[in-house]
Amino acid sequence: MAASPVFLNLDLLALSPPGWGGVLLAGFAASLQLAVGGFGLGLLIGIGGAFGKLYGGPILRDLLEVYTTVIRAVPELVLILLLYYAGTDAVNSLLMLVGLPRVDISGLAAGIFVIGVVQGAYSTEVLRGAIKAIPPGQIEAARAYGMSPFKTLRRITLPAMLPYAIPGLSNLWLIATKDTALLAVVGFSELTLVTRQAAGATKAYMLFYCAAGVLYLTLTLVSNRVIGHIERRARRGIAGPM
Amino acid sequence: MSDTKVTMPAYVPPPPRRLLEPHRIFLIALFGAIVFCAVWFLRWDWLEKYQWKLIHGIWETLFLLFSTAAAGFVLAVILGIVQVTGPRPLAMLARGFCTLIRGTPLLLQLWLLYYGLGSVFAQYPEIRQSMFWPYLRQAWPYGFTALMLSFAAYEGEVMRGAFAGVPRGELEAARAFGMGRFTMFRRIWLPRAFYRALPTLSGETVLQLKSTPLVATITVVDVYAIISRVRQDTYLTYEPLLLLALIYMCLTGILVMLFRFLENRIPSRGA
Amino acid sequence: MKHILKTTLAAAALATTAFTGALAEEVKVGIAAEPYPPFTSPDSSGKWVGWEIEFMDAICAEAKLDCVVTPVAWDGIIPALTSGKIDMIIGSMSITEERLKTIDFSDKYYNTPTGIIGAKGDDFEATPEGLSGKIIGVQVSTIHADYAEKHFGDVAAEIKQYQTQDEANQDLAAGRVDAVQADAIALDAFLKSDGGDCCELKGNVEDDEAILGAGVGVGIRKGDTELKDKLNAAIKAIRDNGTYESFSKKYFDFDIYGG
Repeated sequence: MAASPVFLNLDLLALSPPGWGGVLLAGFAASLQLAVGGFGLGLLIGIGGAFGKLYGGPILRDLLEVYTTVIRAVPELVLILLLYYAGTDAVNSLLMLVGLPRVDISGLAAGIFVIGVVQGAYSTEVLRGAIKAIPPGQIEAARAYGMSPFKTLRRITLPAMLPYAIPGLSNLWLIATKDTALLAVVGFSELTLVTRQAAGATKAYMLFYCAAGVLYLTLTLVSNRVIGHIERRARRGIAGPM
Repeated sequence: MSDTKVTMPAYVPPPPRRLLEPHRIFLIALFGAIVFCAVWFLRWDWLEKYQWKLIHGIWETLFLLFSTAAAGFVLAVILGIVQVTGPRPLAMLARGFCTLIRGTPLLLQLWLLYYGLGSVFAQYPEIRQSMFWPYLRQAWPYGFTALMLSFAAYEGEVMRGAFAGVPRGELEAARAFGMGRFTMFRRIWLPRAFYRALPTLSGETVLQLKSTPLVATITVVDVYAIISRVRQDTYLTYEPLLLLALIYMCLTGILVMLFRFLENRIPSRGA
Repeated sequence: MKHILKTTLAAAALATTAFTGALAEEVKVGIAAEPYPPFTSPDSSGKWVGWEIEFMDAICAEAKLDCVVTPVAWDGIIPALTSGKIDMIIGSMSITEERLKTIDFSDKYYNTPTGIIGAKGDDFEATPEGLSGKIIGVQVSTIHADYAEKHFGDVAAEIKQYQTQDEANQDLAAGRVDAVQADAIALDAFLKSDGGDCCELKGNVEDDEAILGAGVGVGIRKGDTELKDKLNAAIKAIRDNGTYESFSKKYFDFDIYGG
């Protein structure tokens, strides 16, 4: 066997060819884009869902309950397959039915959509719990001042629920960063897939998978630090742990 | 105060509703119509050919779920207790392990274990002579190990909190009665911590079900692998995946009901 | 104010349709998102290289199409084609009756027999008798998976299906499977590579044209006759004018077009 001991051939990780470091970092950047986009979309869906569940009519509440239950009961891998293949197919079929041309949904857009929908269900629950925890007097005071619902949302509800929501949301962010790895199964070029390709092309499996692990771990540790700062800032003025 | 109509009040919980309110009946009818359309218009002829394989796959999934949850729980207890009482180096090691596993995706860990170790085996053919080889050869030990380690890392944190949360007074009383350390652990600390952690544990076991499909990527044949085979044989997009989603929803529902039953059987006086 | 808003929106809508219109000329070519030397494999700068990439460049130049390489997971490549994510498949996909029910193919552009490789020192033949009691590795969603299930399914100890061909090869090198069945040309490339000196070719399997197909073609959607004609004309052209030969010479010392 001509290959040198699996770990020691660190040249393979060099940043420029023939090292694969550049490709890994490009995959990492794609993963980050997916995670940020998916988390953001999930937050938007979550805000809508939380408000729907709290203040909506009975049908809306039930539909949202079905949405969150289904997403939380079905594995992410199956959801990703369903949304990536069947979802984009359905969107195109709908467009063709109406007579519009098929739209080209890029891999990144489909991936963000998929992760966003999954995150949305969890965000709904987190944000709903956080909004319920806001002292009701604050909302009543806003109404007494004559603020419109949107203004109340913008000025009172969202800032006030933040300290209660941050632990849950930070957990969701970490889940989002790790769920991006599942898109490797549909062939989207994020970090886990390019690692598998690099490992397959060079046969240095251990080295590349460990390198990818280091990148993910770094992301997690940095995220934890940043979230710690955000939490401290959002909690200023609030006494003690919850 | 005035009686102005408040359009967005502070949160008022909705009144408790009966199951079959008018809007619910409408929604159930709508859902029933969708299901009927799905069954009528989509292709289900492949079901007959694959039904036994599917049942076998579901069995494999459940077996993997419960065995990794049980083994992972044992490891989690060890990780939790070490972080609460143990010597500092061990506690740091346990913490490091949990951080490592929780900081990397499960799919990566699976592939690292299976293909990474595989490349080590390729380099050292002598391993094939060892007595472990029949196990190292197959795929399910790797799937089992990765799932177990993942469960243990997440649960280790929960158990750490549970062990730390048992009132010290009970432990001191046990020591005052002359119980040895292991007896105290066995009779007081572990059961009390377990009951505190049970709701979270049951939730995490349900989540573990959602991690099991990943083992199909390292050739373990669970229900997801069977459905993948159906997809590749029939080239259908919707039907196999919808059935798979339905299977997992049913499994989750059964699990939730099982754990709710178990939770009701815990003796508790409001602890 | 409202008038300006309306005009801006209308302009934006027009621009979008124009933009989408411009993109419609682009042809997305789906390849398997895995290393499959010598046909397609990623190099360390992230570009895809190999015989099939050069073939794709040649026919796209000939047919005047703007081809864009789009890696897709192999087991989802046909759904990706039928749902419109990609417009053609150039991934060493064999033309078989089963696949023809769902998609269409261009004329064949190469052919390869099917071989079985195994560890050196492990003597067996590429027949059902030779493979009895052995663990066979194949890639999912390939003619080899179907063939192995049909012909060796009863005699083999287990047929393991892998997501990618190089993972199957790797497990053979690691000793987890006893035999791997795949396209003989791809297996040959593996045997010649660094990781391949553990193993040797045990032989070619008996032909079963219904399953193994009659050569490799470009996969296209059913009804896409315009693209099909363009591709067939391009394939014929590059065979006739020697382009096919010139880039094939870099990879093979025999004509892989086959009979």
